Amino acid sequence: MGGMTLKARKIQWIHIVPALVLILVAAACSKKKPAPPPPPPAAKLPAPTAMLTANPNTIEAGQASTLTWNTDFATDISIDGIGKVDPTGTRKVTPSESTTYRLLAKNDSGTKEATARVTVTPAPPPPTTSKVSTESDSQLFSQNMKDVFYAYDSYEITPEYQAVIQSDAGFLQQHPNMSFLIEGHCDERGSIEYNLTLGEYRANAAKQALVQQGVSATRIRTISYGKEKPFCTDSTESCWQQNRRAHFVYSK
Amino acid sequence: MKRFASIFLLAVLAAAYNTPLASQDWIRTGTGLGVEKVRLAVPDFKAAATDVDTKRLTTAFSVTLWNDLQAAGIFDMVSPSFYPLANPGVPQDVNLAQWSDPPPNASMLTFGNAMVQGGFLAVQGWLYDVKNSQSPQVLGKQYREQATEDNARLIAHRFADEIIFRLGGGIPGIAESRIYFVSNRSGTKEIWQMDYDGSNQKQLTHVTTMALSPHVSPDGSRVAFSSVSGNEWEILMYSLDLNRPVSFPRYQGANLSPAWSSDGKWLAFSSSRSGDAEIYAVDVNGGDLRRLTNSRGPDVSPTWNPKTNAQIAFVSGRTGLPQIYTMASDGTNVVRVTDQGYAVSPSWSPNGQFLAFAWVRNYGPGAPGASDIYLMDVASKQWVQLTHDGGRNDFPSWAPDGRHIVFQSNRSGRTQIWSMLADGSQARQLTSAGENTQPNWSFK
Repeated sequence: MGGMTLKARKIQWIHIVPALVLILVAAACSKKKPAPPPPPPAAKLPAPTAMLTANPNTIEAGQASTLTWNTDFATDISIDGIGKVDPTGTRKVTPSESTTYRLLAKNDSGTKEATARVTVTPAPPPPTTSKVSTESDSQLFSQNMKDVFYAYDSYEITPEYQAVIQSDAGFLQQHPNMSFLIEGHCDERGSIEYNLTLGEYRANAAKQALVQQGVSATRIRTISYGKEKPFCTDSTESCWQQNRRAHFVYSK
Repeated sequence: MKRFASIFLLAVLAAAYNTPLASQDWIRTGTGLGVEKVRLAVPDFKAAATDVDTKRLTTAFSVTLWNDLQAAGIFDMVSPSFYPLANPGVPQDVNLAQWSDPPPNASMLTFGNAMVQGGFLAVQGWLYDVKNSQSPQVLGKQYREQATEDNARLIAHRFADEIIFRLGGGIPGIAESRIYFVSNRSGTKEIWQMDYDGSNQKQLTHVTTMALSPHVSPDGSRVAFSSVSGNEWEILMYSLDLNRPVSFPRYQGANLSPAWSSDGKWLAFSSSRSGDAEIYAVDVNGGDLRRLTNSRGPDVSPTWNPKTNAQIAFVSGRTGLPQIYTMASDGTNVVRVTDQGYAVSPSWSPNGQFLAFAWVRNYGPGAPGASDIYLMDVASKQWVQLTHDGGRNDFPSWAPDGRHIVFQSNRSGRTQIWSMLADGSQARQLTSAGENTQPNWSFK
């Protein structure tokens, strides 16, 4: 058993309260106030700090970079070429040539300088739209344009070569600036003069077939070489077939 | 199937061989007529002086005279091994009996002499009828030119032509005629010229692109030909008087195979100016252009009937493989002349009766097809085959005497120019350097 009851020890608040009230009243009722304490003497500022960055720090002419800075304790902040600025801030710049930006942060205690350099590289040349390299056009032409071959003594375009004409026409329509020559050729058999006319008919047949597929006739010239400029000279059917053709030649 | 094919082939061959034999009997070209040829003795002319030049030029003359008379195709040349030993130089030297008796058995005799004096070559020549002891002289001629070998040959040509004219039924000889042709020996195909016997070959054009299909004008002043100019085939003219090209109107399209009418007034040619290769005629100044054919398919290689100039033969692919056609010179009355195969390069004979042309009678994708020269009588369409060597023979062209034909042949390897008599005999190779094609015999 050890619990003492609180009841028994009641704080004798009833006796303290009146004493407190008495002290307070006595303090308030005092008629005489004491003087406020004097302000503390003014302290000196620390030297300013400053920081300046440019992002990105390499640009192409015509592009922009963003300057970012902040300073402490400075009373006078400026950036060359811009003027007075806030102690902290950002600014977009578009220098036309490489530039070092300088920030000056001043106060009575001193000056702090911060720099950031923006390097400007020349812009790449704009892509040209008209005739670039004729060489590459000529290569493109010969890689994509397939010749048309004919049966003996014939200038009819067979279904197999009608497909070739369509493919050739498609290429030509993608390259509307290309002009070309169609040479008509014959195999070594037969007569020099008759073969000149047959070659002419072969070149014209290929031209007409392309025109029907929408290729402008003004892009096409024709010539016959008959059997005068063969692609091979063996007296075999495979060589003869090689020579019975309309041959496309890039001309511009 | 194979058995049928071989029987069929035999039948075709049999037919092919039968037809020419039947028609050969009566094709008369002025040679091999069955009439006895004149037996002609042609001993060397006598050198009338002993100097080196006289001997050299007399030999050149004699060799040329022999060759011209032998090539004429109308003489039975007496073999020199039958001649009496001494060459007659002047009429007093001639013993008629020595020549008319066996072994020479000659009917006619040529003889004479030559001398170089003062830089000139002087030649005296006679033609004697050795069977006529009363008055044997048929011809007596004198010539005098600057003393060169070329002139020695020229005088021989002239004398030979006189003899041929006198003994050959009034048709002039061809010893002074020329052949125009295409040669690539300079690197590219150009037009060349040579004497009828292949001597004096010389280059005429220098177009450097390509020059084809020469045809000399009747008066011998210009050669028409076709050449690539820029990107098209043009008819051009080469002036033999000025030794350079002269202008001729240009037409659109490919313009090929020019041919002169024998009166020198018209030029026929093939032009694709309308988009389709047709035969046109234009006057020799390039004016009055007329279109003669009017059919789809290539028309090319015209040749005029030189006797009348009222007809033109040409090649047309209007039915497929090229065939020979004739038409009136205004384009009417088109008649097909060949019935099969691949027929090209017609040339009309001076007497208006025959067409010489190149024919592959069996032409096809697999068949190699020999191309031979054929002769056809225009009126009856009967034909005879002149070459039989199984190679490629093309571009026949008639000589003005109607007795000779020049053509191209690859029988000796590369394609060369050959001449022959119009019955197919006496074929002689005329060119050898490079490749030579498309010969055209002059009008005179």
